[in-house]
Amino acid sequence: MEITIFNERKKSTEKVHFSGTTIQELLHQLKINAETVLVTRNNEVLTEEEIVQEKDTLEILSVISGG
Amino acid sequence: MNCEKCGKKAVIVLQHGSLCKHHFIDHFESKVFKTINRFQLIGRNEKICVAASGGKDSLTVLYLTKKYLQENNIPLQNLFALVVDEGIQNYREHTIVDLERFCKDHAIILQKVKTEDEFGATLDKAYPLINKDEHKKPCNVCGVWRRYLLNKYARKYGAETLVTGHNLDDEAQAIMMNIFKANTKIAARLGPKSGIQEHDLFVQRVKPLYLCSDKEVRLYTLLKGFTIQFAECPYSSAGYRHQIQEMLNDFEEKYTGTKQGIVNSFLALLPALKETAPKAVETIKQCSLCQEPAEHDVCNACSMKEILKNAL
Ligand code: SF4
Ligand SMILES: [Zn+2]
Ligand SMILES: [Zn+2]
Repeated sequence: MEITIFNERKKSTEKVHFSGTTIQELLHQLKINAETVLVTRNNEVLTEEEIVQEKDTLEILSVISGG
Repeated sequence: MNCEKCGKKAVIVLQHGSLCKHHFIDHFESKVFKTINRFQLIGRNEKICVAASGGKDSLTVLYLTKKYLQENNIPLQNLFALVVDEGIQNYREHTIVDLERFCKDHAIILQKVKTEDEFGATLDKAYPLINKDEHKKPCNVCGVWRRYLLNKYARKYGAETLVTGHNLDDEAQAIMMNIFKANTKIAARLGPKSGIQEHDLFVQRVKPLYLCSDKEVRLYTLLKGFTIQFAECPYSSAGYRHQIQEMLNDFEEKYTGTKQGIVNSFLALLPALKETAPKAVETIKQCSLCQEPAEHDVCNACSMKEILKNAL
């Protein structure tokens, strides 16, 4: 499926092909450590077990202190 | 995943179970208040300065310190925030805007100090000049100056306690850095009540977010609707700390509870470390240039200022 991802840290929006099911698998595909981010959909925070839906727009927010 | 307390949709999975928005906020606030009580971080009659930057940790600690005072009927005139503007372009000016708005919205007095006014140049300008002589990374200069200014101005404005936004991640990183570098003397100054204690010139530093992870703090700010623009210091990836941070997050992902384990072990060892560390009253002198506390004739902040003066 194709989903849209806004990455807060990179300030970029990109389309991503994803063949898995959960947020956890998506983060794994993107090589993002789940400890370092929060994932939201329509301003709602998702846990790692949440299912990714076709045409989802997800935001990946960084939790790391910036300095 | 549903909340273990009410069955609503969970926003986070913690070691002991999943929580919904409402129960996470409750859990987080009570963890912070318990930390304050357990380690006796805030006294009834103290003037309290919150070291603030506008980032997620400082806004959270500022908000919850105020809430703690209110819930315990401690007068709010006891509270103010202090920000150090280091002069880091494309970074600090953004977080200060968020901080100013936040303090205005929450009726908290905000004091500002600029590195440039105190030392003669912004960090951006100063560190390459200081580096030439001393091979110091920006973070070394930044850290020395920020600690110096926070202590000096917190004291000047009458504070007995300096609240900082250091969280579980910061502490676990600091502990590992000091262990890797065999800095046991500095490690003895970590902990929820940190810095050099029992010395008139030092304002006691305390860390109410001591047991809260980066992820929990960011989630709290998000759920509370605090406005934070994501801003990252341009120098943050240059440091040793950054590598420790990555290592700890890799471990945490594989072995949940790693950071908490590091901090718990450290808390168990801390009394012994403090006992063997030299007493501050015996080792701390006053800087011959600025009269602030120093371990040598001239304090670290002034020696950097001197190098800068000669280079400008
Ligand atoms: S990353 Fe380094 S230079 Fe930037 S604010 Fe933190 S200590 Fe200062
Ligand atoms: Zn609940
Ligand atoms: Zn000095």
